[in-house]
Amino acid sequence: MIRLQVNGAMQEVVAEPRDSLAAVLRDRLGLHATRIGCAHGSCGACNVLLDGAPARACLVPAVLAVGQEVVTLEGLRDDHIMLSLRAAFQAQHALQCGYCTAGMLIAARDMIQRGCARNPDEIRAGLAGQLCRCTGYDGIVAAILGAAHDARR
Amino acid sequence: MTPARFALRRATDWEELPALLAQPGAMPVAGAQSLMPMLALRMTEPALLVALGDLPGLQRVEQTAAALVIGAGVTHAATEDGIGPEPLRGWLAHVASGIAYRPVRNRGTVGGSLALHDPAADWPVALLALDAVAVLRRGAIKRRMALAQFLTGAFATALGSGEVLEAIEIPTPPPGARFGWCKIAPAPGAFAEAATAVLLRPGAAPRIAVTTHDGARLLTAAPRPDDPYLARLREVAIRRAEAAAA
Ligand SMILES: Cc1cc2nc3c(=O)[nH]c(=O)nc-3n(C[C@H](O)[C@H](O)[C@H](O)COP(=O)(O)OP(=O)(O)OC[C@H]3O[C@@H](n4cnc5c(N)ncnc54)[C@H](O)[C@@H]3O)c2cc1C
Ligand code: FES
Ligand code: FES
Repeated sequence: MIRLQVNGAMQEVVAEPRDSLAAVLRDRLGLHATRIGCAHGSCGACNVLLDGAPARACLVPAVLAVGQEVVTLEGLRDDHIMLSLRAAFQAQHALQCGYCTAGMLIAARDMIQRGCARNPDEIRAGLAGQLCRCTGYDGIVAAILGAAHDARR
Repeated sequence: MTPARFALRRATDWEELPALLAQPGAMPVAGAQSLMPMLALRMTEPALLVALGDLPGLQRVEQTAAALVIGAGVTHAATEDGIGPEPLRGWLAHVASGIAYRPVRNRGTVGGSLALHDPAADWPVALLALDAVAVLRRGAIKRRMALAQFLTGAFATALGSGEVLEAIEIPTPPPGARFGWCKIAPAPGAFAEAATAVLLRPGAAPRIAVTTHDGARLLTAAPRPDDPYLARLREVAIRRAEAAAA
């Protein structure tokens, strides 16, 4: 049994050292926004925030997240950057199947917060680790550019 | 893709660390960004992982008279955001920003990259060119070693049993020094197909490091003319350094 702080609440979950944080979030805590695509760090579908910084939940043993604040997409429902990102993703058709979207949004919010989403080239570079097999990225880049613009206003 | 079973202990004390690492099948873990994929693919099957992240001083950044000293647990992301004074600050940030992706950089450590010594990794090459020194520690006993001695071969280092990399000392470059970095990779953030780093110091021969199948290596003499790979890398590296800002 480990104690994890997830989206502001302390949770007790059964986890072995070999269980990734992504698996524990999905299978034990029912938080399904976090997806598992590749399970080795390449696709970004599993991004979550650990102490405010994005991390690959597939590459973090859940027991090593003890003592850190875990935030998944579910915990960012009312976050103001996420509100404008969600609206922009919808307006720009920045998703199709949605498998990559949670990870995309978490990466995008971090890029906006760090001031690394100022133009399409910068956004494309920042998305190098976020794989989307549906959209061709144009809508995603436009959406992030728009949300970054909103955040600066 | 599920790793075999293992136990995990978080070490908090340097004195207790050698005993933990002496247990059968024990192995250190830092950011787990290389180890987790290796465990999932069952390329390695440790019985016990000893997490280093809570050890005192592992994330420290200190400027001494002669060097920037960073704990082995300093992350790629911290380095990307800027540690220590210029010009090293900018040079290290430039190298860090090309390693993997931000979520991986937030957890992966400089020490983990050196200790693993993947022959395609960035830090071994960059820090070898910068003439960095590894600080190895077992309990209370420390030894210092130039990276050229520490990096013994692909996926091999001079670390002894029960010993971990505690810190890295990066010498302060002399005035007028310049640094060039060139990484050739199939996509941004991917592992290098080839990489080279060069340190140019006034009045000294260029210090050039390259990726090889045996890991990061110094090009001490001019490469043989019959080795076009090394000759080309050398040429690109020197050109990058000359183009870099002072
Ligand atoms: C998708 C992806 C892309 C990547 N791309 C790149 C890239 O382009 N360039 C690049 O250089 N790297 C890349 N990496 C690897 C990344 O940089 C890792 O962070 C790094 O190689 C290992 O650091 P870590 O702290 O995660 O080590 P871990 O995975 O925790 O450990 C790696 C190994 O080192 C040992 N170890 C760790 N710390 C110490 C220590 N202090 N003392 C002794 N032994 C120790 C462990 O026992 C283990 O054997 C990539 C990784 C991923 C997942
Ligand atoms: S599932 Fe974690 S990066 Fe692909
Ligand atoms: S919308 Fe389907 S993978 Fe991105």
